[in-house]
Amino acid sequence: MSSAHTKTEHGHTDHNYLNHGSGIWSWMTTLDHKRIGLMYFATVATLFLIGGFFALGIRLHLAKFGAEPLLSPDTYNKFMTFHGAIMVFMVIIPGIPAFLGNFVLPIQLGAKDVAFPRLNLASYYIFIAGALIAASSMIFNQVDTGWTFYTPYSTAKTSNGVILLVLGAFTMGFSSILTGLNFIVTTHKLRAPGMTMDRIPLMIWALYSTSIIQILATPILAITLLLIGAEKTLGVGIFDPDLGGDPVLFQHFFWFYSHPAVYIMILPAMGVISELITAFSKKTIFGYRAIAYSSVAIAAVSFLVWGHHMFVSGQSTIAGIVFSIITMFVGVPTAIKLFNWISTMYRGTVTFEAPMLFALGFMFLFTIGGLTGVFLASTGMDVHFHDTYFVVAHFHYVMVGGTLMALMGGIFYWFPKMFGKMTSDLGGRISWVLIFTGFNVTFFPQFVLGAMGMPRRYFDYLPEYTNLNQISTVGSWLIGLGFLVGLITIIHGILKGEKASDNPWGAKTLEWQTSSPPPHENFTTTPTVTAGPYDFR
Amino acid sequence: MTSVSSSSEFHHQHHFKSADHQYASSKQGIWLFLCTEILMFGGLFVGYLIYHSMYPTVFKNGSETLDWKMGAVNTVVLLVSSFTMAAAINYVQRGLHKIAAIMLALTIACAAAFMVIKYFEYSHKFHVGTVPGKFSLVDPSCGAGGKRAECESKIAALLKNPAELEKNHVSAEEVTRLKAVISQPKWEMFYGFYFVMTGLHGIHVVAGALLIFWIFIKTLRRKVGPEYYTPVEGVGLFWHVVDLVWIYLFPLLYLVG
Ligand code: HEM
Ligand SMILES: [Cu+2]
Repeated sequence: MSSAHTKTEHGHTDHNYLNHGSGIWSWMTTLDHKRIGLMYFATVATLFLIGGFFALGIRLHLAKFGAEPLLSPDTYNKFMTFHGAIMVFMVIIPGIPAFLGNFVLPIQLGAKDVAFPRLNLASYYIFIAGALIAASSMIFNQVDTGWTFYTPYSTAKTSNGVILLVLGAFTMGFSSILTGLNFIVTTHKLRAPGMTMDRIPLMIWALYSTSIIQILATPILAITLLLIGAEKTLGVGIFDPDLGGDPVLFQHFFWFYSHPAVYIMILPAMGVISELITAFSKKTIFGYRAIAYSSVAIAAVSFLVWGHHMFVSGQSTIAGIVFSIITMFVGVPTAIKLFNWISTMYRGTVTFEAPMLFALGFMFLFTIGGLTGVFLASTGMDVHFHDTYFVVAHFHYVMVGGTLMALMGGIFYWFPKMFGKMTSDLGGRISWVLIFTGFNVTFFPQFVLGAMGMPRRYFDYLPEYTNLNQISTVGSWLIGLGFLVGLITIIHGILKGEKASDNPWGAKTLEWQTSSPPPHENFTTTPTVTAGPYDFR
Repeated sequence: MTSVSSSSEFHHQHHFKSADHQYASSKQGIWLFLCTEILMFGGLFVGYLIYHSMYPTVFKNGSETLDWKMGAVNTVVLLVSSFTMAAAINYVQRGLHKIAAIMLALTIACAAAFMVIKYFEYSHKFHVGTVPGKFSLVDPSCGAGGKRAECESKIAALLKNPAELEKNHVSAEEVTRLKAVISQPKWEMFYGFYFVMTGLHGIHVVAGALLIFWIFIKTLRRKVGPEYYTPVEGVGLFWHVVDLVWIYLFPLLYLVG
C-alpha cells in the first residue's frame, strides 16, 4: 500500500509534506497527519469566528448602549446557545488535540504517521458532518436551551432543532473518540527506537491522558444525547417527569461526560505549556515524571467529581460533601504542574517571544480560573454563586484564559515547523497584549457581577449591574481585535514570512530534528532516541 | 517503501515495521473501540437499573407482556451466529476461503433472522399499544402540558373493543397482562427503555451485518487469508459484543418479571 517514492540522499530540502502532491483534491484525500492537522486548523478557526460573532452579539446586547435592546429575549437565548455549543463542542474540545495534536504527536514520537491514517481522515470528515448537522439547526430550527440541553426544557418545550444540534454533537463526539483511539494506539505502538514511555514529550503524556478521557467519557455523552433525541421524537420518558422520568438523571449523565470534558479541553493545553516553558527557558523541565503522572491523575479524578455541578439540584447533603471534597483533590495535580513550570523557569534563560507570552498568560489566567473553581467546589459558597456570572467568569478563565491561550501559544510555537516560515514576532506580541488585557477587562468584572448576584443566561438585568457590564463589553471588543491581529499575523506569516530554520527556538524534542516543513514521512531516516526529551542542561 | 519479508507483503502499511506490528496495533484499536460501545450501552443499563428500582411493579408488568419465547429464539439465533462467526475467522486463518464464506453467509442469515423476529415483535407492540410515550396515546398531541393522565391510551381503547382484540391475535391471557400494565401509573417507562435498548441494539445488528457482508466479499475475493485476517477478526469481535449486549438485554427485559 505504500506510496511509491524512494528514499534518496539528495533533493530533500525542497520536498516536503506541503508540496507532496498538489491541488485541493490531494489535500481532501490526504492520509498525512500533518495535513489533516492543518485541515482541522482551518475548520476550527472558521468555527471560532462564527462562535465569536455570537459572543460579540451577546456582549453588545448586554451593554445596553442604545435605548432599544439589541436582541429579542428569544434571539438572545439562541445566540447564547450557539455561542456555547460552537465554542465547546467545535472549538475548545477539538482545538488542541485534533489540530496541534495531529500535527505534532507522530513527529514527536518519531513515527511516520498515526497508527490509522485512514481512520484519521475519516474522523475529520465525521467532524465536518457533525458540525454541518449542528449548524443546520441554525438555519432550520434554532435552539434556545443553552449548550447543556437541560431537560425537561430541551425535550418537552423547545423546538425540534434540538434534535439536529444533539445529533451533530453526537457525531462530533464519535470523531473525538476515533481521534483519541488513534492517539493511544500510536503512542503505544509507533514510538521510535529508544523512545521509552519515560522519554516521550510531555505534550504526548497530555494528549495520551486526554485520549483516555475521550474514550471513557464520550460514550456516556453519546447515549445521553441519543436519549434526548429519542425523548424528543418518541417521548420515551426517561428524563420526562410527566412519564415518570427524572430530569436530574439527565444532569448526572450530562456532567459525567462534561466534567471530564473540561479536562479534554485543558490537559492538551497543559501539554502545550510544558513544551513552551522548557523551550523558552532553555532548561530541562523540572519534575518530568510529576508532570506526566499528574496528567494521568487529573484524568482519573475527573471522573469522580461531576456532582459538583449539581450541589443545588436536590442531591443529598452527603453526596454534596463527598463531591466537594473529591473536587478539591483535582487541585493537587494541577498545582504540581504549576509549581514545576515555575521551577523550570527559575534560573532558566527565559526569553519572551510571542509563544512564551501566551504560556505565561495561560499560567496567570488559569490559576485564577482554577482557584475560583475551588470557591465553587465549596458547597456553601456554591449555593450563593451557582448560576451567576461568577460561574461564567470561572469557566471563561479556564477555557479561554487557559485553553485558548495555550492554543495561540502552540500555533505561534509550531508555526515555523508547519509552514517553514516565521510569523512576525511583533504581530504575535501585539495580539497577546490585546487578548490578555481584553480578557481581564471582559471577565474580571464578571466575578464581581456574580458575587453581586447577577444571574447567568438572563436577557436583562437590574440597573446596578450596568457599569460593570459595559466595561465587560468593551473588553470583549479588545479580545476580538486581538484575535484579528493574531489571524492577520498568521496569514501574513504563511504568505510572506521569512524562511524558518529547522529549529528556530533551539528546542530539543524530535519534531525540531527534522526539516521545516517536514518531509511527507516526517523523517528521512527513522530517528533513534538516546535521551529524554528536554536535554538542555 | 514496502518492506519485503515474504509473509508481510499482504497489506502492511508503510508506517508499520511488519505485518505483526500492524496486526497488534489494529487489534488494540478495535478493543478500544469496543470499550466505547460497551460504555455506551452501560449508560443505558445504569438508567434501566435506576428506574427498575424506582418502579419495580411497572417493570414487572411490562416485562410480562413481552414474548419471552421470541426473545429466547433470538438469543439462540445470535449465539449460533457468534459460533459461525468464530468458525469463519478460524477458516480464514487456515486459508479455507470457501467454507469461511459459507460461515459468513450463515452469520448474515442469522442477523437477518434476528431482525425478522424483531419485526414481528415490534409490530405486535404497535398494534396493541405497548409503545413508548407519545405513541401510546390515541391522540398523541393530548399529552402536551403535563395532561397525560387525562388522555386515553391505545391499550385502554383496544381493551374496550373485542373485535380489534381478535383481529390482532390478543389472547385472554394477554388481555389480563395488558390490564395489569395500565393499572400502574407511569407504565410507559418500561416501553421507553424496551424500545431504546432493543432499538439501539437492533441498529448494531444491522451495522454488524453490513460489516460482515463487507468481510464476506473480501473473503470471496481472497483479499484476506492466513497472512492477513485483521478485518475478519475485528468484525468478529464487534459481532461478539453485539451478541454479548443481547445476552444482557434478554434477561433484563424479558425475564425480570
Ligand atoms: C480545568 C479546567 C476547567 C474548565 C475548562 C472548567 C469549566 C467549567 C465550566 C464550563 C463550568 C460551567 C458549566 C455550566 O455551563 O454550567 C464550570 C463550572 C464549575 N467548575 Fe469548572 N472548570 C475547570 C476547572 C475547575 C476546577 C479546578 C474546579 C474546582 C477545583 C472547578 C469547579 C467547578 C464548579 C464547582 C462548577 C459549578 C459551578 C456552578 O454551576 O455552580 N472547575 N467549570
Ligand atoms: Cu466540573
